[in-house]
Amino acid sequence: MSLRRPAKDQPVSFEFNDLSLEAANLILAKYPEGKQQSAVMALLYIAQKQNNNWIPLAAMKYIAKFLDMPYIKVYEVATFYTMYNLAPVGKYFVQVCTTTPCMIRGAYKLIEACKEKISDNECELSNDKSCSWMEVECLGACVNAPMMQINDDYYEDLDKQKTLDILDKILNGETPKPGSYRGRVNNEPENNRKTLMDLKNA
Amino acid sequence: MLKDKDRIFKNLYNDKGSDVASSQERGDWVNTKEITDKGRDWIINEIKESQLRGRGGAGFPTGLKWSFAPKEVGSRPHYLVINGDESEPGTCKDRDILRFEPHKLIEGCLIASYAVQAHVCYIYIRGEYFVDGQKLQAAIDEAYKKKLIGKNAAGTGWDLDIYIHYGAGAYICGEETALLESIEGKKGQPRLKPPFPALIGLYGCPTIINNVETIAVVPTILRRGGKWFASLGREKNTGTKIFCISGNVNTPCNVEEEMNIPLKELIEVHAGGVIGGWDNLQAVIPGGSSMPLIPKDKCETLTMDFDSLMAEKSGLGTAGIVVINKDQDIIKCMARIARFYKHESCGQCTPCREGSGWMWRMLERMAKGDATKDEVDMLGDVTNQIAGHTICAFGEGSSWPVQGLLRHFKKEIEKRNNLDPIVQKKNNIPYLVDQHLLDKKNA
Repeated sequence: MSLRRPAKDQPVSFEFNDLSLEAANLILAKYPEGKQQSAVMALLYIAQKQNNNWIPLAAMKYIAKFLDMPYIKVYEVATFYTMYNLAPVGKYFVQVCTTTPCMIRGAYKLIEACKEKISDNECELSNDKSCSWMEVECLGACVNAPMMQINDDYYEDLDKQKTLDILDKILNGETPKPGSYRGRVNNEPENNRKTLMDLKNA
Repeated sequence: MLKDKDRIFKNLYNDKGSDVASSQERGDWVNTKEITDKGRDWIINEIKESQLRGRGGAGFPTGLKWSFAPKEVGSRPHYLVINGDESEPGTCKDRDILRFEPHKLIEGCLIASYAVQAHVCYIYIRGEYFVDGQKLQAAIDEAYKKKLIGKNAAGTGWDLDIYIHYGAGAYICGEETALLESIEGKKGQPRLKPPFPALIGLYGCPTIINNVETIAVVPTILRRGGKWFASLGREKNTGTKIFCISGNVNTPCNVEEEMNIPLKELIEVHAGGVIGGWDNLQAVIPGGSSMPLIPKDKCETLTMDFDSLMAEKSGLGTAGIVVINKDQDIIKCMARIARFYKHESCGQCTPCREGSGWMWRMLERMAKGDATKDEVDMLGDVTNQIAGHTICAFGEGSSWPVQGLLRHFKKEIEKRNNLDPIVQKKNNIPYLVDQHLLDKKNA
């Protein structure tokens, strides 16, 4: 398990806005009566989205009341799952996969690029506080290695130069186009496809 | 090579759309009612006859699993849960099904729900696949609109609701009972078995849990017959399978192929060969990071199915093939996998929580050449202390890759790590704490 600590500077209060409330009530409807605790993971996501990509302790307390469950149970969930950010990560959160399939295709070159452009250390905000980067475990796009995730989107088939270009864009406040950066179509073998050719050429 | 007409996932590369209309052109949602009209027993028998084995890694026969569901619905409702928590390094097949073939999955959910008498189905998707999950949600919404699911789904008379539940970055939630804990809104820590989920699962109710790929192939099997599926591959290892070939190959890709296909054919034909040529191959991880690696000499003749890989003391797992060539440091590769397991251990059982970190730290030192000779055997001992001593299979999953490394590359480790910890008597070091032991022995 990774060591995760809540941020030192915490806002005093937190409340869902109207948009979040609407989303939360939709989620609650998915689960049987009396099992509203199931919604805690989705509600934490909603809080994270509303609060600029991270979850303050006040939001956990609010969700505990909202779902009528003990605060510690919400805290447990928020600290167990790694996708809940307990401290500010900036508007753009860059996650670079460095697990073996990505590593052997040069994922650490992407880390170099992040160090050059964003900050020397992982989980550290850039100078303008707009983004941070982190090494993560397998993101499940191994045939498109090396790759990284920025917020919700996957950026695939990268190398150092392409990563530098993407990071330049996000530092300028643009959102680069997600997907493969070698121009290949999804997960097909690049220029080597031998199956389902009549569908491809149709 | 498998003929195109026998491929189940025709839209694997998204040549056509993934909406209902284009899925119907590929044969989905055509006469679903005819299948359910034949009855539960017929469906389960046909799946048994097809010898379909779960695609999530363990390879448990699907028909048998479904037959464990109680025959009569008692006071507790039944649930169907789809495991789309795909997090095994080297595996990315479910993602393509979620985004390009969602209707195969949704129709499979309907048929499976009917077979195990569930009215609610939860699809658990890993949180990182948010965008792909949204595509599946769009497909579910369209299916609701066209009355393919919901009340009287697709005219079958069966009511079915499908909901997506997102995970949040925990590999362990791919373990079925941890997944159930996660849906219940708790930490993803596996439960003790028995009781098995088929009797006491989600919210304490009977629950059948299947992998995304397993459920997605079900409609095609029932349309074309269990005999057709069983005619592909070989006995007890039947049908087709999506293989993910990643690592040091020229064209890494996902491809659907027949079971029992030679590994060399997969790598040479579909993945464009090993970078630097076949002779530059060092080792292959055949089924996602949990499965022990296989050195080059065995890769020549290896065929990819559950039983033949088991005979090589490895396993098919999720069929995520990671090819490692000679430009890579094999000890470092395995140290990185050990780090993955250290990071993902849920912390419930001591052997796994402590042992996974222990293995990682030792392997990191071995990669640098800082370990002593006897630590190599100690590492093997640590793996044996973990495997089989934990609640879930994570213990095996984390120690098998290390055992595989020790089995095939022990010489390599020993060559790099030849520090001798035993201080010879001649080196009379005054501050050595146990010098007196040496003295006594020779007294």
